[in-house]
Amino acid sequence: MANYAIRRLFISLMTLLAASAVIFALIEILPGDPARIMLGMNASEEAIRSLQEQMGLNQPLFMRYFSWLFGMLTGDFGRSYTYAVPVADLIRERVVVSLPLAVLSLVLSTAIAIPIGIFTASRRGRPADTAIMGATQLGIALPNFWLALLLVYVFAISLRLVPAGGFAGWETGTWTALKSLLLPAFALALPQAAILARITRSSLIETLAEDYIRTARAKGLSPAQVLYRHALRNAFIPVVTILGLQFAFLLAGTIIIENVFYLPGLGRLVFQSITQRDLIVVEGVVVLLVATVILINFLVDCSYALIDPRLAADR
Amino acid sequence: MTLWRSALLALTLVLGSASAHAARSDLVLGVVLEPPHLDPTAGAAAAIDEIVYANVFEGLTRIGANGEVLPALAESWDISDDGRVYTFKLHGKVLFHDGTTFDGEDVKFSLDRARDAKSVNAQKVLFEGIENVEIVDPLTVRITLKQPDGDFLYNMGWGDAVIVAPETAATNKERPVGTGPFKFGNWAKGSQITLLRNTAYWGSQPALEKATFRIIPDPAAATAALLAGDVQAFPVFPSYETVPQFQTDPRFKVVIGTTEGETVLGMNNAKPPFDALKVRQAIAHAIDRKALIDGTMFGFGTPIGSFFPPHHAAYTDLTAKSAYDPELAKKLLAEAGHPQGFKTTLKLPPPVYARRGGEIIAAQLAAIGIEAQIVPLEWAQWLDQVFKGKDYDLTIVSHTEPNDLNIFARDDYYFNYNNPAFKELIKTIAATSDQAQRAELYREAQTVLADDMPAAFLFQLPKTGIWDAGVEGLWENGPIQANDLTNVRWTD
Repeated sequence: MANYAIRRLFISLMTLLAASAVIFALIEILPGDPARIMLGMNASEEAIRSLQEQMGLNQPLFMRYFSWLFGMLTGDFGRSYTYAVPVADLIRERVVVSLPLAVLSLVLSTAIAIPIGIFTASRRGRPADTAIMGATQLGIALPNFWLALLLVYVFAISLRLVPAGGFAGWETGTWTALKSLLLPAFALALPQAAILARITRSSLIETLAEDYIRTARAKGLSPAQVLYRHALRNAFIPVVTILGLQFAFLLAGTIIIENVFYLPGLGRLVFQSITQRDLIVVEGVVVLLVATVILINFLVDCSYALIDPRLAADR
Repeated sequence: MTLWRSALLALTLVLGSASAHAARSDLVLGVVLEPPHLDPTAGAAAAIDEIVYANVFEGLTRIGANGEVLPALAESWDISDDGRVYTFKLHGKVLFHDGTTFDGEDVKFSLDRARDAKSVNAQKVLFEGIENVEIVDPLTVRITLKQPDGDFLYNMGWGDAVIVAPETAATNKERPVGTGPFKFGNWAKGSQITLLRNTAYWGSQPALEKATFRIIPDPAAATAALLAGDVQAFPVFPSYETVPQFQTDPRFKVVIGTTEGETVLGMNNAKPPFDALKVRQAIAHAIDRKALIDGTMFGFGTPIGSFFPPHHAAYTDLTAKSAYDPELAKKLLAEAGHPQGFKTTLKLPPPVYARRGGEIIAAQLAAIGIEAQIVPLEWAQWLDQVFKGKDYDLTIVSHTEPNDLNIFARDDYYFNYNNPAFKELIKTIAATSDQAQRAELYREAQTVLADDMPAAFLFQLPKTGIWDAGVEGLWENGPIQANDLTNVRWTD
């Protein structure tokens, strides 16, 4: 197990290094000069040159890559061109919004999807199953930003239960802050839950058709015992895979959802930085997101080994 | 007077004063763009001025709600007979928000900093005419110009010309320190900026104790935030299509004003076929401005026939010179040697007036045989390719700076328009201080542009303001991009 984990970790680190080079190269070839954007249409060439010097944009590309890379190893992500504050500070301010949002929607979607999956699998083909599966089809088809607008209309404008957007800040109290994350989390979670529920259902149905399940039934176990003791654990491998993939989707989804709900999260930061050509911020956040996805994949790989020890032994 | 009556009277007085105290003194305003930082002397972003202008920072003069020049930190001024020497008498007892005293040293520091070789001021051109700045005594400053400049007092009212203190100039981006009626409170990045009443303000105290600018970039979210009551004012509301919904809702006041934003269809005057006057005229006559404004701006916006804001006293309506007339347009095109029309490109920056307007204009041009291929660009690309590189045929953009008729007199500007007579005219205007004479010259300049058509003039951008019916004192028009909160109060 330990060997397996170390191997996966090494592969993950190499992936991250390669990703950092690709990210830096891709973003640096974007057209548009950050200094010119900041000073606008009336600026003199002289003022633009002064600003380029201030921002260190006149240094060669590979020099900038290496100083950026080594800086990140020590936790220094550079200084934002537009905000003129350390990128690490910007990221820290935003993570406290995005991470709780992503975790909350992941928890919500799992909490909704797994019971639905189990319930429908055990009632396969009956009216309840058909109805719920029809509803999940709708859930998959709904784009999350549209769902977000509907939720805002009902819960914020008509019922006035929660704010229409914005983030109150954790310093205003946990409940007030959580309240501003509830609608966005639901908007992100529902479409994901629909997918997850279908995967859980089909994987469970497949497992329930296996020979050893028939054996378990034959030796006189109750349907519940068969389901929870024998079938569920084996059915979970594809579910965990999808969960890992969904986390990456959730991170991408936050870019749209954070704009709809004007939440000051990482997604908003990336979006804003791209339009302002605050390249160093974009690079920092994207590397962080890539690192998160790689970390999640690593954890998913490790959890396979926990669910099914044969997988670790084989490799 | 019986005991009863006096008791009743006392009760009324108590209740009356209580309700006066109960009037709200906080306001949440929505803005579309988050400023990159909060130093108006180091960036072009209008989003900076929308928060700090007149609220946190003040200049020698300031621009009022209707575009007039008002005294600010300078209580009065004298202009020498030759128009070159301005002597400003400064207000005494003015304190910066950090408690330091404001005087002539700060004025000299701010202006010298803005025109320094290392300056990153986005409007450096405003200060180019200054020869030197002298401190006569702590509250008197004498500014000598290289040549007379009729716009000088106006220029000193720009957000880029505000007075900053030497001690805090370097940190104003994060923690702005000015002399205004509001001081900086807090900036939750990506979310909101809070200003607090400056109790030590030298002028009259504002009614608001706290003003919060909440950043809401998405038009649908802006609508929802107003309807849900999360924000109580949106001075420049981004979603034209939902304005009618608010107009019929008694909880809101909808105020449509004008701005300094002249929206034009820019043409590359140096590139054939746009170097031919008849081609430019044909394009201008092919555009139905009414249909364009209805389709793009949902009817909000004033048609213009030259490059001048309709709310200005010297404005003259020249829309007739490029009236919609597709037959005439076809004829002009044929005379210019393009009876079958031609193919060209139309490069569009992101704002909705350009993207939506571009499609309508492309369709109107197609009707006279000009096939314009639409190329959508990001701002960064637009600035690079069109504005700096001048690599374009047609483009749509709104010029939002005030007092910017002179861009058509600039060398190396993206229109590639070169008319020595017009340049001479702009020089004369700059050197003229007499208001009646200036108005006459402005009218002349507008006519030259309407005849020469270096661009097709489309419409003046509207300022669509929506706020709670209980709020008053916000600007109707946008003579500069600012949200002056000094007179804003709740009426109930």
